Amino acid sequence: MILVATWDADELGRAGLELLGAAARLGAELGEEVAFVSLAGEGAASAAGGYGAARVFAFDGDLTASGCEGWVAGLAAIARDLEARIVLLPADELGGEAGPRLAERLGGTAVSHAVGLHAADGSLAWTRPVFGGKALATVTAVAEPVVATLRRGSFEPAEPHGGPVAVETLPAPASDGAVELLSSEAPASGAALEDAQVIVSGGAGVGDGEGFAQLEELAELLGGAVGASLAAVDNGWAPPERQVGLTGKSVSPDVYFAFGISGASQHLAGIGGAKAVVAVNSDPDAPIYRVARLGVVMDCREFLSALIGELRR
Amino acid sequence: MHAVVLLKQILDWELPPQRFRIDPATKTPPGDLGPKLLGPFEQNALELGLQLKASGAVERLTALLAGPADAGEALRKALAVRADEAVHVETETTDALDPSQTADLLVAAIRRLDAPDLVLAGRQAGDWDHGQVGYLVAERLGWPAVGLVWRAELVDGRLHVWRTGPSSTDRLAVRPPALLSVTSHTDLRLRMGSVMDMMAANRKQIARWTPADLGLGSDELAAARRLEVTDVLVPEVERDCELIEGESASETAARVLDRLAELKLLERRT
Repeated sequence: MILVATWDADELGRAGLELLGAAARLGAELGEEVAFVSLAGEGAASAAGGYGAARVFAFDGDLTASGCEGWVAGLAAIARDLEARIVLLPADELGGEAGPRLAERLGGTAVSHAVGLHAADGSLAWTRPVFGGKALATVTAVAEPVVATLRRGSFEPAEPHGGPVAVETLPAPASDGAVELLSSEAPASGAALEDAQVIVSGGAGVGDGEGFAQLEELAELLGGAVGASLAAVDNGWAPPERQVGLTGKSVSPDVYFAFGISGASQHLAGIGGAKAVVAVNSDPDAPIYRVARLGVVMDCREFLSALIGELRR
Repeated sequence: MHAVVLLKQILDWELPPQRFRIDPATKTPPGDLGPKLLGPFEQNALELGLQLKASGAVERLTALLAGPADAGEALRKALAVRADEAVHVETETTDALDPSQTADLLVAAIRRLDAPDLVLAGRQAGDWDHGQVGYLVAERLGWPAVGLVWRAELVDGRLHVWRTGPSSTDRLAVRPPALLSVTSHTDLRLRMGSVMDMMAANRKQIARWTPADLGLGSDELAAARRLEVTDVLVPEVERDCELIEGESASETAARVLDRLAELKLLERRT
C-alpha cells in the first residue's frame, strides 16, 4: 500500500493532488494500491476517492492539540495497519517534522524534500535539492517503509479517476500531555502564496518595512500575494510564513516579481515552479537574472513606485 | 535545566553557484571550495540556548558536535559566546554520515552527558538539507519534539515555545525532556563573543570522544545507515533573460506590463 497523508480539511489542495498524482504513478509501477488519510477533516478524504485512492481515512478528533505528537502517532498506527511500503507527505512546515519522526517510528527511511522520483525494477530513486539548492542529489533508501516529503510544484497532480469511496474513521490517538497547543494565530492579512497566480516578492534590496507596504499595495493592484526572501524575513520586514525558498514556501505562480532579491540558490529552490520570473535589481550581475524571463536593472524601489503608478493610471 | 545544542560546520552557504562544484568521485564538494563555518540554523539554535541561559531557564549549556577533526572550530565559537562546555565526537574524515548515523552518534553522546533535559537542534544543516537529525534524535531518546521554533520561555516547569506553522504562528507548551528544532528569526541572530571571552574559549578544554568510545564501531555505524547517495549533479539553470529598458521608470514599468500581457502571463487592465 502507498499511503498519502495531508493536513487538508474540507477539500483537497494542490499539494494533496500532487501527492496523489505521485502515488498513482508509483502504485502502477510497484503494483500497490493507494490509500489516503486526511489529518484534518473528512472532506479531503472523501474527495481523494475521486483521484484514485482505494481506501480513504479521516481521524475522529482533534490531532492538532498536541503539536505534531498526535499526527505522528496517528500516522504510525494507520501506516502499520495498512503495511504501507511508502508514505507520502507534503514537504511543508508540518511534513518536515512528521516525516522523519514517522519514518523512525516505523523503522524505515525518511526522504526529505523530494522533487523527483524514479521507479525501476521495484527500486526507487529520489531526487532532492542539496547545498541550498545548488545541486540535486539522487538517493535510495536502505530500509522500507520509506516516508518521503514531496516539494510542492514538482509532481504532476492526479487526474480524476475512480469513484467516491466511503471514508473510514480512525480514532484520534491519546495524548500523553507532553506537548500542548496553547494558541494558533493566523496571519493578519494577505493572500496565500501557494495558490497565487501573481507573487510580488521582496528581498534585502527593498530596504525596509515601508518597501514591503508598497509591495502589499502592488500585490493588491495585481490581485496577487506578497512573498519575501530569507533576508527580508530575517530583517523583520515580512513574517516567516511569507518566506519563499528552500526553508520557506515553494510557489508556482504565472508571474513572480523579484524585487531586490539577489537570487541565492536557497531562494531559487522555491520558485522553480514559476512560469516567469521578473527580476528587478540594481546589480546587473545578480544571479536572479539567470532564472529570469524578464529583467529590469534599476533601483527596485524606484521601479516599484513606477509600476504602482502605471497600474493606477 | 541542562541543555545541549547540536552543532555542525558546513561549506559557506553563501558561496556563489558559479563557484560551486561536486567532485564526482566523492559525490561531495571538493575541499578547496573554502572554509567550513558554523551553519546558520545551528547559530540560531545556539543563540536560543544562550537566551534560555540568560533568562535562568537553562543553568548549563553544552555544545555537541559529531564530525571530523577539522569541524571542531564551531565548538570554539560556541565557547566564545559562553556555552559552558563542548564535546566533539570525532569521526574519520572519510565518513560521509547520513542523518541516521549522525543521530546515533549524537544520541550515544547525549546519553553519556550529565542528564540533559533539553536538546536544541537547527532545523536543517545547509549542506545536505535533510532536516532529519534533530527529529531522529528525539525519537531515539523517546522525547517529544517541536519543530521550527524561534522563541522559548520556561513557565511553571514547561517550555512555552513559538513555532511557524504552514499558515499560522503556534504557541505550544512542552514538558521537558524535549527537543526543539530551531528556525531562523530576527531575534535569533547569534551574538558576538567579546575578545576576552574568545581568549578564554581558546584556553577551555573540548572533550573529545571517538565513536568507539560511545560503543559505535564501524560495523554498528554501517548498520545505522538508511540513505545511500547514488548521484549528485549541479544543474544548469542558465536561461536567456530579456532585459526591459525605457526612457523613464514609468515607461519601463509600462513595457514590462505590456510584455507580460503579450506572453499571456498577466492581464493588462488599462
